Amino acid sequence: MALLQLSEPGESTAPHEHRLAVGIDLGTTNSLVATVKSGMSVVLNDELGRPLLPSIVRYGAGPAEVGFSAQSHQSIDPKNTVVSVKRFMGRGLKDIAHIESMPYDFIEAEGMIKLKTAQGIKSPVEVSADILRALRERAEASLGGPLTGAVITVPAYFDDAQRQATKDAARLAGLSVLRLLNEPTAAAIAYGLDNASEGIYAVYDLGGGTFDISILKLSKGVFQVLSTGGDSALGGDDFDHRVFCWVIEQAKLAPVSLGDARLLQMRAREAKEFLTLHGEAPITAKLSTGEFVDLKLSTEVFAEITRTLVQKTLGPTKKALRDAGLTPDEVKGVVMVGGATRMPQIQHAVEAYFGQEPLNNLDPDKVVALGAATQANLLAGNRAAGDDWLLLDVIPLSLGIETMGGLVEKIIPRNSTIPVARAQEFTTFKDGQTAMALQVVQGERELVSDCRSLARFELRGIPPMVAGAARIRVTFQVDADGLLSVSAREQTTGHEANVEVKPSYGLSDDEITSMLKDGYNHASDDAFRRALREAQVEAQRLVEAVQSAIKEDAQLLSMLERAHIESCLAKLQTVLLGDDRRAIDAGMDALSKATAEFAARRMNQSVQRALAGKKVEEI
Amino acid sequence: MTSFDRETLQQDFFSLFGLPRQQGLDADQLELLYRDIQSKVHPDKHAHLADSDKRLAMQWATHVNEAYQTLKDPLKRARYLLQLAGHDVRLETNTAMPAEFLIAQMELREAVAEAKDAGDAETLDDLHRHLKKDSRAEYALLQEALDAGALGRAGELVRQLMFQEKLLQEIDDALALVEG
Repeated sequence: MALLQLSEPGESTAPHEHRLAVGIDLGTTNSLVATVKSGMSVVLNDELGRPLLPSIVRYGAGPAEVGFSAQSHQSIDPKNTVVSVKRFMGRGLKDIAHIESMPYDFIEAEGMIKLKTAQGIKSPVEVSADILRALRERAEASLGGPLTGAVITVPAYFDDAQRQATKDAARLAGLSVLRLLNEPTAAAIAYGLDNASEGIYAVYDLGGGTFDISILKLSKGVFQVLSTGGDSALGGDDFDHRVFCWVIEQAKLAPVSLGDARLLQMRAREAKEFLTLHGEAPITAKLSTGEFVDLKLSTEVFAEITRTLVQKTLGPTKKALRDAGLTPDEVKGVVMVGGATRMPQIQHAVEAYFGQEPLNNLDPDKVVALGAATQANLLAGNRAAGDDWLLLDVIPLSLGIETMGGLVEKIIPRNSTIPVARAQEFTTFKDGQTAMALQVVQGERELVSDCRSLARFELRGIPPMVAGAARIRVTFQVDADGLLSVSAREQTTGHEANVEVKPSYGLSDDEITSMLKDGYNHASDDAFRRALREAQVEAQRLVEAVQSAIKEDAQLLSMLERAHIESCLAKLQTVLLGDDRRAIDAGMDALSKATAEFAARRMNQSVQRALAGKKVEEI
Repeated sequence: MTSFDRETLQQDFFSLFGLPRQQGLDADQLELLYRDIQSKVHPDKHAHLADSDKRLAMQWATHVNEAYQTLKDPLKRARYLLQLAGHDVRLETNTAMPAEFLIAQMELREAVAEAKDAGDAETLDDLHRHLKKDSRAEYALLQEALDAGALGRAGELVRQLMFQEKLLQEIDDALALVEG
């Protein structure tokens, strides 16, 4: 948290301090945390040396268990053991496939579903937060200090509701989110930096529960996403489910108990993984009814029963290429990401479509976390010489608003480079009207009912005028995390309308606050010390940044302006080492305000220099 | 308000990139300039700073993205030039177009609809290529008109090209549907 630092590539912003930052791959099946150590991106293992944390949480009698211990209980205690929670993020009951074969007690809450467990009602955000907290603790134990921030990866095809839910989960887990990064883009960073690649690349990312395809242009330290596509409800889990159904059918089993269903799903997954290296997989299980399952699944049968799933990945792939205005032969390499790409039928399908052997030289389970760690290191400001690149990503699905008759008017088309904003003008249709509501949807279809409703925005405080006279300019802004915010202003009077957001999905701010409070009550002392320490670190960083900015660009300030900044600096420095967190926050706030104009001038100057540099080069 | 609003928002997109205000443009050079500026202002470069700095970076990056998208696309660029010149293209009200253009468009539309119903991806691809080739010639005419300051003629070509781009988009959508 500091003044704009416009250092040139290669310059380190704070050579004396390395900020602890991590990349987290919050996966459907497994999660990982990675960091950059001595210039190398590495995955942080648990105390037993295991890199993966199964994304499974059990809310049984004792404290919540996360990972392997929860995994070992899943067939004994299926109701309270939550697997693949990522599929529920930002989702309602009707969105979730195969819900009938899931063992949970679902509660249809407004927007997002919730789960009833032995430890009370849990939202998918809380379950994800427990996974993230386990990873945060692993990282802090391993790195020996509190984290400055984290980059959390999300499927590129995640919509606003799913992204917001992920960010909320990170907040609940006590993580400061530097950026939500798209998984295929993270993989592209890891791959591109490793291989110094240039040209058009496709990243084919089939994870446990999501499929993404991204087309990127890599050139001279810029990773530019040209288009992205996918299916946020298609992944390795669906292949397991096909095998599971095949087992039920072949073994002529009557409807099985919840525990037996979990057991057979585990066997199905093992069989799928076994087939990666073998021509045939045995599937054996002893059910609670005393029945035995003893089957053999061949590669051919497996390919046959999952053929439509493989096909389902090719549709979005073609669409993404078309959106980028490219043909398969223009793609220089196809990077394979996600454990599910190990399946031979996937490898064959991708090779056949692109007419080239896909690139498998990075561990498909780890590449996303490694790329995220590299980006986290850069975003935290730990830039080393030559360690500078730019990432330009896109919004995966169009944003629109509801118009008359339930039709969608597109405001921001899919594959727009973010951050992006569009302004649209609206008017009142009644005399003296002071409020209006806008329904924002995300998706490609023409009917509102076919798109995902994101939020209802209520504009209040419009000055009363005759019908049609008010001109309300509504700005839709999508930030670098791919998250939407809305602001409104009445044009004729300049009156800022008050925008009230009611998310259709996700948690309200009140819910988050109360969850955070609950967390603090459990360990309030710890939380207090932690927050104070974080504030001190931030404040120190701000002080250093302002000092270095003044050193570099004092000529942009008048004597008076400089004196004001110096006095705010001095004030912050005096409260910095105390334990009054409010005073530190207030001091930082004052210094930020005092330097806002200075920051803007430095930004302008930096752009001018970038252009000037270009012109000199051309001559 | 900061100097972001005062200076930058009043600047036209051509001046932002230091380019001459004209339709002819070197796409590679524009891309290089875009990347250079984005490398300075992008939120990723300011992610570890104060919220106010992050907001400033987002505003800048948003503005630079819009400028780039407008100048990169020849049709948007032409419309923007006409707008800067104060020439109203009157897209909603002026639908007058040469009869032969309209007839050709109607025939193309029928062909697209037929191919779409028949699930014929190959024909859709052919139509796409054919239409794309036609538009290239029109884009050359558009540049000539703009260079010569023939704004009325340029506006007419813009309206026709918007028609064609929309059809190209419809073919893309049909292809997506056919190919699944």
